[in-house]
Amino acid sequence: MAINNKRRLLLAGAGAGGLAITAAAVIAQTQERVIKVVAKKFDFTPGEIRLKKNQPVTLEFTTLDVVMGFALPEFGLRADILPGTTARIRFTPDKVGQFPFHCDIFCGSGHESMTGTVIVS
Amino acid sequence: MDHAIKRRSFLKLAGLGGAIYVSGLSGWASAAATAGSAYQDFFFVQLSDTHWGFEGAPNPDAHGTLQKAVKAVNSLEQQPDFIVFTGDLTHTTDDPQERRKRLREFKEIVADLKVKDVRFMPGEHDASLDNGAAYQEFFGKTHYSFEHKGVHFIVLDNVSDPAGSIGEAQLAWLAAELQPLPADANIVVFTHRPLFDLYPQWDWATRDGAKAVELLMPHANVTVFYGHIHQEHHHMTGHIAHHAAKSLIFPLPAPGSQPKRTPLAWDDAYPYRGLGYREIEAEAAPKTDFKIVELPLQKG
Ligand SMILES: [Cu+2]
Repeated sequence: MAINNKRRLLLAGAGAGGLAITAAAVIAQTQERVIKVVAKKFDFTPGEIRLKKNQPVTLEFTTLDVVMGFALPEFGLRADILPGTTARIRFTPDKVGQFPFHCDIFCGSGHESMTGTVIVS
Repeated sequence: MDHAIKRRSFLKLAGLGGAIYVSGLSGWASAAATAGSAYQDFFFVQLSDTHWGFEGAPNPDAHGTLQKAVKAVNSLEQQPDFIVFTGDLTHTTDDPQERRKRLREFKEIVADLKVKDVRFMPGEHDASLDNGAAYQEFFGKTHYSFEHKGVHFIVLDNVSDPAGSIGEAQLAWLAAELQPLPADANIVVFTHRPLFDLYPQWDWATRDGAKAVELLMPHANVTVFYGHIHQEHHHMTGHIAHHAAKSLIFPLPAPGSQPKRTPLAWDDAYPYRGLGYREIEAEAAPKTDFKIVELPLQKG
């Protein structure tokens, strides 16, 4: 893949410059998955987030209308999602399974069905 | 307490029959009368989650269920000392005018209750979209306390904040309420959401509920009655008992019993199944003991 090639080039370049440690950190960061999640009344897209155990991930949240909350209780994670900003949660799933998430800031009739699933394999 | 025993055994029998629950109360009422004023026993009725304004398949009689409940309570032979609605009086709407219309209609319908001592509190459907503004126009404060026959009742608001927190200000108020009460005072707390983490996956919790429970913990006699989850449920946090009431609009699934917290479907063969209200009988001496009787809504 082109992106991986670029990363390798970056690593090679950084290594050549004697910045191996920094480069390793850059690699770790750039290889990390970022998943964008868009909230709107009364839906999260995607509603299914597939993750790999022990692989760090950053979830990036935006909302198209009102203030929303993202809560993933089984990992003790939550975030406020404010209009016009991006909320981020970085974590490494340490267990396999299906874990429900939901909006935990009341946003109207339909709020109760604003749910989804994190699937860790 | 003879009358209490008679009443309980009647209710037990009625439960076996599963149909009539009202007529036998007269025996209890007259027994209570002859018992004189030595006992401070009393009972109250809890109704919850009426969601006035809701329309949909889970309750094809959404426009008639609340009136039915009012009628059922009015037809209790022995009228309760007071009635409490534990939130979600109305179903939410984005329209502030429509919200007020629903609150007004709800208030008009429940004005037909024979018992005039009725206590209200909001649910998130009533109050979360405007932080309780419309609710307060019709029903006043969202948290307050009152005394009844030696029991200290505390109404907590864990819904006006759309995130479902009680908040520091209200927790400070709660602490001040509890401070002058003796350690063995009889305390009853009414809330909409559960104060403990019943099933946070479905938002069945209060974000800072543990702080309220912590404040209540030093008191030996505390009981919490709440709504929100549209089903009967009983749970202990230490010595504090928490009891959730049924809804009057549609039942919800048991916590975690299905992937989504979608309402249980209406069944024409068993209309109003899973809906109902409860009587709570407080036996005063030596310490307040609560007998809970779940009453169904029935066809007809
Ligand atoms: Cu509710």
